[in-house]
Parts: sequence; C-alpha cells; structure tokens
Amino acid sequence: MKCQRILAAIVFAVLGIAVSAAPSRAADDTIKIGYVDPLSGPFAATGSNFLKVFSYVLGIVNAEGGPLGGKKYELVTFDSKLQPAEALIALKSITDQNLPFVMHCVGSNVGSAMVDAVSKHNARNPDNRVIYLNCGALATELTNEQCDFWQFRFTANVDQRAVARIKTLPKSVTSVYVMNQDYLFGQSVQKATVKYLAQYRPDIKVVADELVPFGKVQDFSPYVAKIKASGAQSLVTSNYDRDLNLLLKAGNDAGLDIRYDVYLAHQPGGPTSIGAAGDNRLTSVMEFNDNVPAAENNEAAQKFVDGFRAKADFNFIPLDYLTMFRMLTAAINKAGSTDALKVALALEGMKMTDLMGDENIMRAEDHQLLSPLREAVFTKSAKLDAEHTGLGWKEEAKLTAADLTLPTTCKMKRPTQ
Amino acid sequence: MTRRDWLPWLIVALIAAALPWAFYDWPHHRHAGFVLGMLSQMGLMTILALSYNMLLGQAGLFSLCHATFFGFGGYAMVHFLNAAGDNMLPVPMELMPLLAGLASLGLAIVFGSMATKQRATAFAMITLGIGELVATAALMFHHFFGGEGGVKTDRMIDQSLFHLTYSSGIQVYYLILAWTFIAAILMRLLTITPLGRMANACRDNFERAQFMGYDPRMVRFIQFALAGFFAGIGGGLYAITYEIVTFDAVASPLSANALLMAYIGGTMVFAGPVLGAVLITLLQSGVSLMSNSWLIYVGVLFIAMVTFAPTGLSGIILAHQPLWRAGRLSRLAVPYLRLLPAGLAVVLGFVGLVELLSFLTIGAEQGKRLVLFGSPVDSTSAWPWAITGALLLVGGAWLHKEAHRFSRVWEAVTDDLKDARA
Amino acid sequence: MDVFIISLLNGLVYGMLLFMLASGLTLIFSMMGVLNFAHASIYMLGAYLAFETSRWVGFWPALIVAPALCGLLGAAIEVWGLRRVHRNGHIAELLFTFGLVFIIGRSVQMGWGMLPEPYRVPALLDFPLFTLYGLQFPAYRAFMLLVSAGMLGAIWLLLKRTRIGLIIQAALTHPDMVASLGHNVPQVFTIVFAGGCLLAGLAGVIGGNYQSTEPGMADAMGPIVFVVVVFGGLGSLAGCFIASIIMGMVSTFAVVIDASVADALRPFGIALRADDLLGEILTVPVARIGALLPLLMMVLILLFRPRGLMGTRDT
Repeated sequence: MKCQRILAAIVFAVLGIAVSAAPSRAADDTIKIGYVDPLSGPFAATGSNFLKVFSYVLGIVNAEGGPLGGKKYELVTFDSKLQPAEALIALKSITDQNLPFVMHCVGSNVGSAMVDAVSKHNARNPDNRVIYLNCGALATELTNEQCDFWQFRFTANVDQRAVARIKTLPKSVTSVYVMNQDYLFGQSVQKATVKYLAQYRPDIKVVADELVPFGKVQDFSPYVAKIKASGAQSLVTSNYDRDLNLLLKAGNDAGLDIRYDVYLAHQPGGPTSIGAAGDNRLTSVMEFNDNVPAAENNEAAQKFVDGFRAKADFNFIPLDYLTMFRMLTAAINKAGSTDALKVALALEGMKMTDLMGDENIMRAEDHQLLSPLREAVFTKSAKLDAEHTGLGWKEEAKLTAADLTLPTTCKMKRPTQ
Repeated sequence: MTRRDWLPWLIVALIAAALPWAFYDWPHHRHAGFVLGMLSQMGLMTILALSYNMLLGQAGLFSLCHATFFGFGGYAMVHFLNAAGDNMLPVPMELMPLLAGLASLGLAIVFGSMATKQRATAFAMITLGIGELVATAALMFHHFFGGEGGVKTDRMIDQSLFHLTYSSGIQVYYLILAWTFIAAILMRLLTITPLGRMANACRDNFERAQFMGYDPRMVRFIQFALAGFFAGIGGGLYAITYEIVTFDAVASPLSANALLMAYIGGTMVFAGPVLGAVLITLLQSGVSLMSNSWLIYVGVLFIAMVTFAPTGLSGIILAHQPLWRAGRLSRLAVPYLRLLPAGLAVVLGFVGLVELLSFLTIGAEQGKRLVLFGSPVDSTSAWPWAITGALLLVGGAWLHKEAHRFSRVWEAVTDDLKDARA
Repeated sequence: MDVFIISLLNGLVYGMLLFMLASGLTLIFSMMGVLNFAHASIYMLGAYLAFETSRWVGFWPALIVAPALCGLLGAAIEVWGLRRVHRNGHIAELLFTFGLVFIIGRSVQMGWGMLPEPYRVPALLDFPLFTLYGLQFPAYRAFMLLVSAGMLGAIWLLLKRTRIGLIIQAALTHPDMVASLGHNVPQVFTIVFAGGCLLAGLAGVIGGNYQSTEPGMADAMGPIVFVVVVFGGLGSLAGCFIASIIMGMVSTFAVVIDASVADALRPFGIALRADDLLGEILTVPVARIGALLPLLMMVLILLFRPRGLMGTRDT
C-alpha cells in the first residue's frame, strides 16, 4: 500500500536533510566561535539580523589581520530557538568541538541560562573551558548578582541604558508615562527607569508605571486613551518589535501629541514600521548610528557605515561589536593562545579606543563593557535615512563611558590558577 | 505478558546503554556532549510521548496541555533540588524524580477533575485553555516560576544511593535511562490492568462502557492523573539534565510536540510514541543545526504522514509482520530497492529547492556560503535551480510510477497470504 | 467617560476584525469538525499578498485580489489535501493543518524576509474621521467597520437566501442527513473551506495595515480566534458574532482597569502584599492579565456549558 513508499520517502528525507548545508570544514588558520541565537521560528528575524551584522564586522576584522599572526575568525551557528534548553544543547556541541568561545545575543532568559551553564561546565571540565561573549542579553543582573568570571558583556546593560535615557530627557519634560513589557527585560527596565528618574530628574512626575503583556496586545488604542487621559508629556518605554510598532501606530492613528522616548526603537524593522509617524517625536538610545561619522568628520567610520549600507537594508547601530572583536584579538595575542583562562585574564580591564575615538573599558570587577551611548531623534532632516524610510537618526546627546560607569554589586569568584 | 515479550525491551535497553560509548571521543578521553545531550533529550521526550499516549492512544483523550504537567514536574524538581542543596530535603537524587511526579500528580488531579467531565472537543479546548493559562501565569508569577528567566538549580546535591556526584553528563544519562525504563514498564503494565482495559473500552465505545457499570468519567480522570504523574517524572529529569526550567517547559509548543511524537510514532502500538520521540528529537536538535528551514521539513513530514500513513511509523512496521511470519518479506525487497532512487531524487530535489530559496532571501544577507550536499553552491547561477527543479519533477513522476508498481506487488503478496491461510 | 467611549469604539473595531477571522473558522469547524490551525496563517498570507499587490496596482484592487487568492489556496488545500486526510480521522486533519502552519510560516519568511513590511493605510483613508475628547478616530477604522459589517450582511444573505446557503446551514447541524439527501457534501465542504480562507484573507488585507505585517502576526492572532470560536459555540454564526464582540470588548476594557483583587479586598480590612505566591496573584492589576481573560472565560464556559455560548450541539 501507499504507506510503504512513504516510509521510504521519509527515511530518505531524514538522510537527505542530514547532508544539506552542513558547516564546512575549516583549516587550522581559523578561530571558531560558537554563535547561539534564534534562527528559526518567531524570533528568527532577530537572530539573522545579528548574523548579518557579525558577518560584516568579521569581514573587516579578518581583513585587518586577525589574532596570532593573521588567523581568521569564523562563526559556527547554532539555533537557540530562544529556548534555554536548546541553547544548552548547542553549548554541549560547542564544547564537544573544543571551540574556545561561545557568543549569544538574543534573550536575557537564554543569557542567564548560558552564564550559569558555562560556569558549571568550566568548573566540571577544567580541561575544556569556554568564554561566554554576551552580545545582547541586557538584564543588569547578569553582571551584578549573577556575574561570572567566564562571561564578558560587550553591550551596555539595562541600567546604563536607563541612565542614558533619563539623563537625555529634555528639561521641558515634567511628566512621563512609563510603559514596559511584562517579562524579564521589561521589568528590569521598569525598575531602572523609576530608580534613575528619582535620582537624576526628581522634577519629573511619573503619572503611570505600567506593564503590558509581552507580544499579546493586538490593539494599543486603549493604552493610548489611557496615556491621553493621564496628560503625560512623554512616553518612556522599552517596548520593541511588534509591541512598539503597534503602540506607535495606535498613538499616531489617534493623533496623540506627545514625545516617545524609547529604548529600542532603532532595532532592525523598527524604522520601517514606524515610518513618517515618528518624525521629530521619537527618540531612542543607541551605541552608534549612520549619521554619527559625518557629524564628527570621521572618514574611516564613514567608510565603515557606507560598506554596511551597501550590504544590508537596516542601519548599523552596534558599534560595540567591532570593539568586541578587536578586544578579543588583542586578548588572544596577549595570551598567545585561545586558552580560555589566559584570554579571560587578558580581557579583564582591557582598554581600547573605538572607531569614533572614544575609550572603551572592559571593567574587571564585573566584566561589563563601559562604552558611550548616544541619544538620537528620528527625523526627516537626518542625512542618511534608515531602512529607506526617508527618515533617519540624528544625534542629540552623547554620554561617555565615564558617564555610564555605575557601581556594581558583583562579587566575582575567580578560578584558582 | 510472557518472557518473550520482554526480549525487545532488553535489546533496546542494551543498545541505549551502549550508544554513548559508540560516540566516545577517544583523543580527548571524554564523552561527546552533544550526542549525550541528544540521547538524554530522547529519553525525556520518550517519557513525555508515552505518557501522552496514555491519553490519546489508550483513552482517546485529545489533550493539549500535557506539557503543563511535564513542566510543573520540572519546576517542582528545581525547588526540591534547591531545598536539598540547602540540606532541607534528605532524599537521594535517584528518588527525586518520583517527588516531581507526585507534584504533577497533584496538579493533574486538580485540572483533571475539571477537564475530564467533558470529552472530545470540549475536553481538548479546556486543556488548551488550561495550558495557555499556566504558560502565561508562568511568565507572570515569580515566586514559583521565576518569570521569563526561569528557576535555576545545581544538581550536585551530594545525596546519592550510589555515591554519584552527577557532575558529568553520562551519569545523568544513565539516571534518565533507568527512569525512562521504570516509567515505560509501569505504563506498559498499566495497559493490562482493568483500568487500562476500561480506558480502551471508553475510547472505543463510550455508551457501552457506561452500560457495563463503569463510570467513564472516573476512568478518564484516573488515566489523566496518572499520565500527569509520568509526565512529571519526565519533567523532573528535565530539570536534572538542564539545571534550569523556564516557561518553555510548560508552553504550548511542547504540548504540540507530545502530540506530534505520539501520532508520528503511532498511537495504537505501545512502543509507537518512542519511535516518534526519537525521530522528532533528531529533527529538532540534529537537523536544525544544518538547516534553518527545518520547520518546513517538519511540516512536510507531518503532512506526508497524516496523508499516507495515519497509523504512524509503528503501524507501517506492523503491517509487515504477517509477511515476515509467512517468510514472504523477501518478495518486497526488489520493489523497495526500486523505490529508493526515485524517492531519493524527490527528496534531494525538494531539499535543494528549499535551501536555495531560503538562501536567496535570508541566508545570503547573513554572509554565509551555501553548502548543499557537501559542496559549495552559487545560488545566483541558474544551474543549481535547474538541477534541483528537474530532480524534483522527474523524481516525482518516477516515484509515482514506482509507487503504483509497489502497491501492486504489495497487494499480490498479501492476497497470496490470504489464499494460503484459506 | 471619555476613555470609556473611545474604548467602546476600539473594542468594536477589534471585535469585528476577530469576527471576520472567526466566522470562516466557525463554519469550517462546525461542518467538518476540523479545528483549522492554519487559519491565522491564511490571515497572514492575506496581509502579505495584499501588501505585494498594493505595491503594483494599489490598495483597492488588492482588496479583491488577495482574498480571492487566499480562497483559491483554500480550495486547493481542501481538494488535494484535507479530503484525502479526512478518512484518517479528525486528529489526522488537525495535524495536517498543523503542518500547514509550519510550511506557510517559513514560506512567508522565504518570500518576503523576516522584517516587517511597510504595508500602509491607503492615502485616501489616511485621515482622522472625527475627534473625541482630544483623541482622533481614524477613517481607516471606520472603513474596517464598514467592510466587516458588509461581510456580515453578505454572509447572512448567502446563508438565508440562497440554496447553497440553506444546504450549508443544514450541513452545520446535520451533516450526515444532508449527505443522505443526495447533496454533494464534499463539494459543500470545499466551498465552505475556500470561503473561510477567503474571509481570513480579507481580514488579512484590512488587518495587515491596522496591525503590522510581519512573520509573527499569525502566531499573535491564532489563539484568540480559537477562543472566540469555542466560546461562541459550534454551528452558530450568531454565537460567533457575539463572542467576537465580547472578546474585543474584554481585551480593550481590561487594559483600562488598573485595580486588582487586593484593591477590592482592601475596604474589608484585608491588606495583601506581593510577598508570597498568593499575594502575588491577588495584587496583579486586571490590566496586566488582560490577555488571560479570554482564555479564562473560555475554560469557564466550557466547564459549565460545553456547547459554548449559543452552540447548537455538543462540541
């Protein structure tokens, strides 16, 4: 009957897929980095955008001459599906292949699991240690209570972003509506926002402090009605992706006349969804944007931006990642090998000047990168636009690494050498 | 059950115990962590799928919240382990999963008393609602579920019957293996108790079962609670393996997975879901490493299975049993071999096209090289497209022809068998 | 008061969008017993097709082309897929639609990429219709109401006034009897499935620019549509309509309520703090659990009335 032939087909399907798109064998002149992020399912977009960024950055770093006499970095990708369990299986695969580094960007939940798992793995397998390069799990706890010797975070954490966000609010703002998503990241931002508002801007009144269900709201109009009724001058929110797009859309539909002071509006896809509605009323806090080099007359940086614009259809924001690989190169060179312990010790406290000439520090106490953040407004008058929308990011304020050096509660346990 | 019935169990146990050593990394003197992780995952999923089949296959209950009990067992286990780590729970590690199972049993009794009053679609929808409620609650309430970050633990609690530390994956794997077999044997034995038989009766004919004086609701309820118990054991082992439990463990995709594993493996044979668990785990953890389009392959696999093989993998295997007994299986060897190249062509063509397509829109921007079947391919030139397209079309037509041939042979052989019996 | 009236209007818009999705699903579900998991995927496909069509020929042709394409796709799925699977039982059919979800989801990603698409409201409708207490009500939302009301009327006429409508109605409640009377039930199935997909596609066209057109939109809408169908009851379009409006209103109004159970208990001298699990549950404001309420309502109604709000037979 028919089922038999289908059985055969299925068996071959499994065998057939097994040979497709297998990672290519690399020679000895490469340094492989295990990269774990969602590459399929609902969050695939975020993971694949990071991949585009890294492929561009790595192209430049490799061309500059990699570590240990020109070795090349190569990413070995794993799909985390945004689930900690899947990410941990990937971590096992990475340690099997003796890759010295694991990199992960998307999701503080996965990041928290990763810190823990890498720490346990290194304690239980001292001959096969890995370093966790955190490139996007933002929860401050990861470098505070949960900090670990084997994790290095190469991006500003929630508290640093909150400080930048609050300090750059214009003096004219006297009342804000705080709205965040009801999950780890959103709650973390909520706490930080309220804390630093009280600290730096006691003149501002928080008219509402609200958590919205994460990714479940289909129409933000009722929230807009609430915001309108509250009379707030500015909406401070860490919503991103769908929750931000729908919020701005509803606000615009209703003609809500307030400022949107946002944490993550600059992420890929944001400008497309927001469009002209955000003109001159939407601000965001970011590491870098396409219009920075021209404003500071930095030709090398301009070349860097132009190269990415030719390749991708979204703006290059995460300048920290170029710094990340340059620091890694310097650390490997100093260590003379990719031995995890030696590289980790070399990374601790490392200082490096980034593309824009600012000093970045990998703080030894908590392994948190201290780097500048910029506040920019989404406007038609920006020189280079974002995602072909005709609007782009124009810098309004900049905070240096020193401005963003916050105290840490980290009590790091260092391995005995 | 006779002694002969246990022989396959013994063989499977031996293979499962030996498998990690086949992938042992001799140069580094350590186990292959990925293989060990995947085998452990298969064990966990086996418990999940088998316990789910207590509902779907044995009682005809279409539940959509089975992960709730699996995940709840996991959360409970994390709290037990943390308590044990603080020296407040002097229970050896080996018996801990039992506690997790009991925790889930409690939850299953609560939810079961609500859901099992109804059957068919109403039951399915209540379970869907319960599953979603628990998953959303898991994100919201931090004291027990830890929110989105989940709850973490350390499995090295230093309480063991055999003085094991459970620092290495292989020790955990053998713990999982042991519990998987204990759970599977218990579930198998349950099927031959009056309860198991009555569950079948209620599945097959609800009214008649009632006439016999049994309360089908009670049967459904007990079956539901016990399925929750076994799922909880699986969840407890999950917590031991990963040392973290997040809301994914109670979320609906895992419930859907339980359903898929049971169905793909075949619900009418006890061991069917085991096959499903192995296959789905391979697809999820293995294939997803090689292709980001793995979900499309999963989709096609399901559609092919439900269309052509509704009895699942185990059903297909069982269909060969009479031929095997009669010694006529060899007559199918040649037709099977003839199917092979045609099927291979279709699969290669399909996989090639999907990979080319997804590379064109998604992969190329990530700066990756497309490696198809072991060699790099330029997705912008026309050749790969032409070749894969032709493979798919020609292979499809060829497979169609061969399949007709095969079904003729199959019918001839089974007719012969019937005649011989007559 | 102002928030109340605006929320009422917005709840109505959202409820009508839900109805457009749920009406097709309820017809399919009632007649064929198939819970079509891919229904929200068709909705997403409708939005993407409309975006693509409107790029070339504008929004208005897209309003017809995209739903028609979705309807054709639905017919194809029914004739070549579901009909074959039908003999393998309901669970097989359900899993079949489950497979479709994966395939459509990934195909959309392969076709249009993973970022949201700039599918915008047509310029003709991009103006505020009226202003209420300082908040504008956009013309496009009024247009959405108009389209869904028109669709409601069209379905009603089709079911009450045409022969095929009568057969469909009969098949909703007594499918076996209709077949015994010599009607071509498979053909009716095809029509209903294609019609349901057409409606989902139409919902996608007008919902895609009301929300945002992105690969995640199917996952976001899927569960709530199921809830509406089950809550409304099998075999009842009226129940489905009422359920849609109720769910639209509940989702909209829950947001406005900042009080929690603990607040309600406070006048009685019971003070609760979010220190333990129970306290945590009771101090959560209603606005935060707004997304949970529809599910809770579904479970409750099924416990006490398994056939749903206005169902004509047991589910």
